[in-house]
Amino acid sequence: MEDRIVLQAKHISKSFHDPVSLPVLRDISLEIRQGEFASITGKSGCGKSTLLYILSTMDTDYEGELMIDGNRMKDKTAKELARVRNEKIGFVFQFHYLLNEFDVLENVMLPGLKLGKLPEEAVRLRAMEILRQLDIHGTAQKKARQLSGGEKQRVAIARALINSPAIILCDEPTGNLDKNNSEVVFTIFKQLAEERHQTLLIVTHDLEFAKNTHRIIEMEDGRITSPVTCSKTYA
Amino acid sequence: MKFKLILRIAKSLLLARWRQTSVAAAGVTFGITMFIALLSFMMGLNEMLDDMILSRTPHIRLYNEVKPNARQPINASDAFKDSYNFIRSVKPGSSRQEIYNSHVIIETLRQDNRIQGVAPKITAQVFFNDGPVDITGVVTGIDVDEEDKVFRFNEYIIEGKPRDLNTVSNSIILGKSLAKKLLAGVGDVVYVTTAQRQSFSLKIVGLFQSGLEELDKVQSYTSLATAQKILNKPGDYITDIHIRLHDLKKSAQLSKEYSHLFEADAEDIISSNSQFETGSFIRSLISYSVGVTLLVVAGFGIYNILNMLIYEKMDSIAILKATGFSGQDVNRIFMTIALSIGFAGGTLGLAFGFLLSYGIDHIPFNTASLPTLKTYPVSYNPIFYFIGWSFSLLTTYLSGWAPARKASKVDPVVIIRGK
Repeated sequence: MEDRIVLQAKHISKSFHDPVSLPVLRDISLEIRQGEFASITGKSGCGKSTLLYILSTMDTDYEGELMIDGNRMKDKTAKELARVRNEKIGFVFQFHYLLNEFDVLENVMLPGLKLGKLPEEAVRLRAMEILRQLDIHGTAQKKARQLSGGEKQRVAIARALINSPAIILCDEPTGNLDKNNSEVVFTIFKQLAEERHQTLLIVTHDLEFAKNTHRIIEMEDGRITSPVTCSKTYA
Repeated sequence: MKFKLILRIAKSLLLARWRQTSVAAAGVTFGITMFIALLSFMMGLNEMLDDMILSRTPHIRLYNEVKPNARQPINASDAFKDSYNFIRSVKPGSSRQEIYNSHVIIETLRQDNRIQGVAPKITAQVFFNDGPVDITGVVTGIDVDEEDKVFRFNEYIIEGKPRDLNTVSNSIILGKSLAKKLLAGVGDVVYVTTAQRQSFSLKIVGLFQSGLEELDKVQSYTSLATAQKILNKPGDYITDIHIRLHDLKKSAQLSKEYSHLFEADAEDIISSNSQFETGSFIRSLISYSVGVTLLVVAGFGIYNILNMLIYEKMDSIAILKATGFSGQDVNRIFMTIALSIGFAGGTLGLAFGFLLSYGIDHIPFNTASLPTLKTYPVSYNPIFYFIGWSFSLLTTYLSGWAPARKASKVDPVVIIRGK
């Protein structure tokens, strides 16, 4: 189980073509195993966010191969990719990105309802349980826009967890939070990784944050500069 | 399940911007309201005009034309067999105006299920004697009951009882303007002289007003028996048979058929009154185009508001896509929004349109030429409501199509990166 490769990138390259051809990612190969708590760091503009969007299947304009949970992502239709995102991937973004029209509980439930594997009542119970674990169940009936930044980010994490994804991808999850809230969010990630063996891949430019993860992938100029395989083993 | 989810998301997006969406829906409502009211009013007017002229005119009229005999003696002669004969100043012979075998014809027509009603008639030219002055007029002998069934004769009677024609002997119903000219009223006696110089005194039992002034100045009605008496003809004498069909459009075809079958002349309404048909058609065309224009304008309103909604909801669209909703789902969400606007706006529009046309129906409208009309004419044909409703859905579908497509093509990476 521990050795299962959840996400694998083989020789991924990407260039922006507007206005002139500019390579952003050069021959990136990367493996993330089940239960890993990894972070990608690097300076602004090194291509770490671009890589994350490719790994998340939202950006399909790249060369190379991407495998998620053993399945090849190239040549899948947009609809199939949407299904993969729904089922296998959880997202946490820098700017929370909750749906302001819905209350917190519905925000968490939506991907579960979309997946349609469980009846609505079961999805609701599961969403409530996750909210309770993240200690924000008191906000369940509030509208998303009534929450504080830290609460929003925790709701986003709850939403990422609803379908028990193979991997959770985060794009600067603490980039917009104060120190206190950043610590709360980090603690949640750590607990998820260590207690539930949830696979996490976090893009951050916050070195302090990155140092506390189990594996750091450093990037510079579209290349990975740190060793590609797991550098540190843990229970 | 899946549709329920899409409906739920669409509803939340709609309610989040309920003010704009109600404005969009109000546009559709206004369009449909005006469409219904305009069409109902126009069609009511059309039907009234049709009623005034077309429904009083027989769809097919069977009669015998006074004309020279087509078989002239010279053509029968062997001596002129191979030549082409021109004959000038041919006079009609002693051809009879009556329809031969009229009883059998009427019975046959009554069996025909394409026919709504048959009314036998006798037409006679007479003079009404008013002191030293003679006024020309027409006396038409009718079967009152048949006439009412086929041409709603009783509706035009403004004084007296039409059935008195049957019960009072030597009775007559005069056109209102004719009675005015003769200074006569119900209960008075008028004197008529026929073309054969025979005089009769007839008692007025009623007055009628058809709405056509020219007709009211000359027309009068008696029973068939009285007309036969005036003309000094036997009891089976009939000059015209008026036929009303279930389907007016078949009149040309059927008139040919009957003309051939009964060896009589036949005239159909379409060839004799084609201008009314054209008028009705043009009026409907105008109302439909104005209605459609209103809806197209409403459609542009929906297009604008949906476009705005999509720009506002870019973040939401991006997040829906990132969490596993496909472009098709997003498209469906926005199409659902567009169609709900159309559905709600259209349905409300039908209700308001009905109320508005109901209101118009109750505005007093009195005109001397139309005695039966007390308020503006309005038609409540359900087909208008059906067309209006389908069109509201069609317009919103078309105006939602482009924005929904745009929404489905939103690239979440661009939005999330753009922050």
